[in-house]
Amino acid sequence: MLLNQFLLLSAVLFAIGVYGVLARRNGVLVLMSIELILNAVNLNLVAFGAFRETVGGEVFALFVIAVAAAEVGVGLAMVLLLYRNRRSIDLTQIDQLRG
Amino acid sequence: MTELLTIAASTDGGGLALGITEGGNWFLRNVWLIPLLPALSFVGILFFGKRMPRGGSELGVATLGIAFLLAVVTGVAWVDHRDDYHGEEVHRAVVVHDAHADAHADDHGVGHGHPSLAVHRTATWFQTNGVEFTVGTLVDGPAVMMLLVVTLVSLLVHVYSTDYVHGDRRYTHFFAFLSLFSASMLLLVVSENTLQLLCAWELVGVCSFVLIGHWWEEKPNSDAALKAFLTNRVGDMGLLVGVTVLFFAVGSALPDRFGSFSIAETNALASSGALPHTTLLIASCCLMAAVMSKSGQFFLHTWLPDAMAGPTPVSALIHAATMVVAGVFMIARMYGVFFEGFQIGGSSINLMAFIGGLTTIVGACLAFVQRDIKKVLAYSTISQLGYMVMALGVGAWTAAMFHLFTHAFFKACLFLGSGSVSHAVHSFDMKSDMGGLRKHMPHTYRTFMIGTVALAGLPPLAGFWSKDEILVGTGGWGLLGGTGGNGAYTLMLGMGMLTAALTAAYMTRCVYLTFFGEFRGHGQPHESGPRITVPLWILAGLAVVAGFVNLPKGFQMAPGSLQERFGHFVEPVAGYFPAISHGTPSWSLAVVSTLVVVGGIAAAGWYYFVKVEAASKVAGTSLTELPDGPTTKYPLARMGHTLLANKYYLDHLYNEVVVDGTKGPVARFAYRINQQVIDRTVDLVGETAVKAGVVVYEKVDQLVVDGAVNASGSASSATGEELRKINSGKVQSYAAILFAAATVLAGVLIVIV
Amino acid sequence: MNVLAALEGMDRLAGGEVLVAQNVAFGVLALAMVAAALRMVTTRNVVHAALYLVVVLAGVAGMFILLGAEFVGVTQVLVYIGAIVVLFLFGIMLTKGSFGEDDGVTGERRLVASLVGLLVFGVMAAALVESFEDAELSRSGPSTTAELADSIFSDYIVPFEAVSVLLLAALIGAIVVARRD
Repeated sequence: MLLNQFLLLSAVLFAIGVYGVLARRNGVLVLMSIELILNAVNLNLVAFGAFRETVGGEVFALFVIAVAAAEVGVGLAMVLLLYRNRRSIDLTQIDQLRG
Repeated sequence: MTELLTIAASTDGGGLALGITEGGNWFLRNVWLIPLLPALSFVGILFFGKRMPRGGSELGVATLGIAFLLAVVTGVAWVDHRDDYHGEEVHRAVVVHDAHADAHADDHGVGHGHPSLAVHRTATWFQTNGVEFTVGTLVDGPAVMMLLVVTLVSLLVHVYSTDYVHGDRRYTHFFAFLSLFSASMLLLVVSENTLQLLCAWELVGVCSFVLIGHWWEEKPNSDAALKAFLTNRVGDMGLLVGVTVLFFAVGSALPDRFGSFSIAETNALASSGALPHTTLLIASCCLMAAVMSKSGQFFLHTWLPDAMAGPTPVSALIHAATMVVAGVFMIARMYGVFFEGFQIGGSSINLMAFIGGLTTIVGACLAFVQRDIKKVLAYSTISQLGYMVMALGVGAWTAAMFHLFTHAFFKACLFLGSGSVSHAVHSFDMKSDMGGLRKHMPHTYRTFMIGTVALAGLPPLAGFWSKDEILVGTGGWGLLGGTGGNGAYTLMLGMGMLTAALTAAYMTRCVYLTFFGEFRGHGQPHESGPRITVPLWILAGLAVVAGFVNLPKGFQMAPGSLQERFGHFVEPVAGYFPAISHGTPSWSLAVVSTLVVVGGIAAAGWYYFVKVEAASKVAGTSLTELPDGPTTKYPLARMGHTLLANKYYLDHLYNEVVVDGTKGPVARFAYRINQQVIDRTVDLVGETAVKAGVVVYEKVDQLVVDGAVNASGSASSATGEELRKINSGKVQSYAAILFAAATVLAGVLIVIV
Repeated sequence: MNVLAALEGMDRLAGGEVLVAQNVAFGVLALAMVAAALRMVTTRNVVHAALYLVVVLAGVAGMFILLGAEFVGVTQVLVYIGAIVVLFLFGIMLTKGSFGEDDGVTGERRLVASLVGLLVFGVMAAALVESFEDAELSRSGPSTTAELADSIFSDYIVPFEAVSVLLLAALIGAIVVARRD
């Protein structure tokens, strides 16, 4: 197996995740797209770990998973708060900081 | 540095002696002190006069007193010097006899007498381009004589003024300018070069202006002062031109000099024939113009009667004794130039003699129709000045100077006497305010009579001797023992005789109207105080005895040593003075002239003392003229009277014809230039500036400058507006930008690194 | 039983079949993952998106196993699919204001986003292709949990502790942020 196939796959997923972050209106969906990105990164890490025959890639992938979990928790808490205050989690309508 | 006492002349082989020296008595060498003292007094009175107890007059009187004493001592020194000077600095003081001079010299008179040495001192104050400008003194006979006359008359006038102008509004100022005038006149008489003489000439003119206009608040007085000054100015042009012509003429005659103002040099060169005749003629005519204005010759005499608007002491000092004789003195000083220029002593009448003769008659005629006593005396002065100029014109130099000498005394006496009369009756109008004053003012009456007799020329008073000498000088007699000159001046003799008669007549009229008859004025006239009458008596005394200093030669009644003393000491016999001829005095001439004078007195006396007096008694009031006199009966007489009363319409000619004729067109032209040219230009400049300003404002300022400024502002604002849209507040926009930028950055890094 | 060993056994048996099998597996999984990802970011239905995410996550787990990181793969399934996706579903439920539909994104946003996405992919792909070309993964066996544990608790002990503190902070933070008061 080529290294590149994993790496390219992860690049594709990353790009799709970026698209999702930028294009979705729903806050939860944005968070889900971020998860997609993180997974792409994880894939990348593990692929490199396997390529280097080191266990460090997996270690970091585990850390990423943990951090992702924390991030999703906090993120969803914020989305919830947003929903409570505005009855909507449409990100295009949150532009109070606009100049 | 020794003075240039010989100059190389082009006509002679050797040097031309001038007849001047630097040595001599201390007083003769330092005669500049005499003008200096009144000048210092002028400054002193101006600065301190108001604070002095007598308003500055004591300073003036004291200074003039000292100056007079110095003049007397100088006179004595000169008398000493004249014959006896053998100092170590004698420089070839001989008269150069060449063919030209011999033609004029004759064996009579003192032409070849003991030569005189003038004392000459200079100091250079400026030099450029080889020309040295000097100030200095030239002391010789005429200078010493004038010093005496000016200081004496000035001193007496000062004393007189302390009473006459007492309580005046500008007492101190008056004395200051009397001092300045005295200083200027004294400076004029001792000047050694024409430039200095010109300066002093102008100064006396200015002082005359100031003093005539002493009461300038009244317009006639300021008008008179202006008239005097401006008329003198017309003549002064002549002086300026003449002096310049002589300067360059001398320069062209001398080998290595650019020019010279020195009187001695100019006269010596003129006498020796080194200067071309045409140049001398032109110079003489120009200088003659100056004399005509300053010394009141016809037709520039019009200012003198008007100058009587000044205070009487001023009239006595300036317009009788001293300033008006400055012209005569100037001719006397520059006699070498005039002698050659006008060919005096030649065989034809010259301009100077003619003008002089005309003036005597004109002045005398005008004196007949005056009501104002001072104006009578003014015209009399004009007439007597005419005598002096006429005498100079016929070559009777000594006679002219002698007449100047005696005239100063008796005319000053007459003027001061008229002042005394006006002091008493507060008016100068004889016909309306005077009459019969001999009872009220005895001293004034007596001194006035003495002056009148002297003026008329009855022997043995001074006027007789001097006038007779002038008549002798005209040289036209030829009968009864007199030979005289060359018969060319017979006309002048006639003029002189006629004027003698006229003089006697109008003075008789004046005396009658003032002192005889009944008093026609107001109030109670009384005699004036001693400060007025004492000078009057001094002058009257001098009028009596002054004639005896120049008894004619051959006058057996007097000791020989008294004969022609005046001529001996005053007339220069030196290189700078031409060799003039002298007439022979004759008894017959003296007798005839006396008879003429008596005839004049008799005619006027008959008219006034007999007929007018009788008519007054008939009418019961004091009359001043016959109610049915000649002017009422004969139209010719009336026309003549009108002509005289209007002063020959000269004033009308000068004011209306000459002045108005020039000033009108000139003023209109100047006005036109001002309005059309100058104002138009200024307006145009202004309009152009305004238009330029508007254009600049609208086009440049509004569009360009403001446009640029506004454009930059709006550009910034627009850019800001556009860039503001980045701040949409939408997180995903920010994220998009972030991702894109990061990717680009990564790409760049990958490519480069 | 070790799948990979089995596969390797098969490989020893079949020579290249193991490789082929791996590649096939990879291909299938990759395809599924990409399709699911694409559907996830384009679907209007939020729940469907979550479910598509599950597919992607599962695919990633499969990839992990293919790469020999068994522990991570299992952790992936447990944590991601089991906890995180459930959390998402809870979040979707609680924010039901936008249930079911995700209102149409505007055209230009999609354009910008796809452009950025393509840009990102392009840069990365170019870099990867150029760098790694035909680098092959080694055929050594899968890593053991023991190795992983050793590594975490010796080399990476500090990050481990940090992550645990982070999890604590996140826990507390989430509660604080989301509590109703």
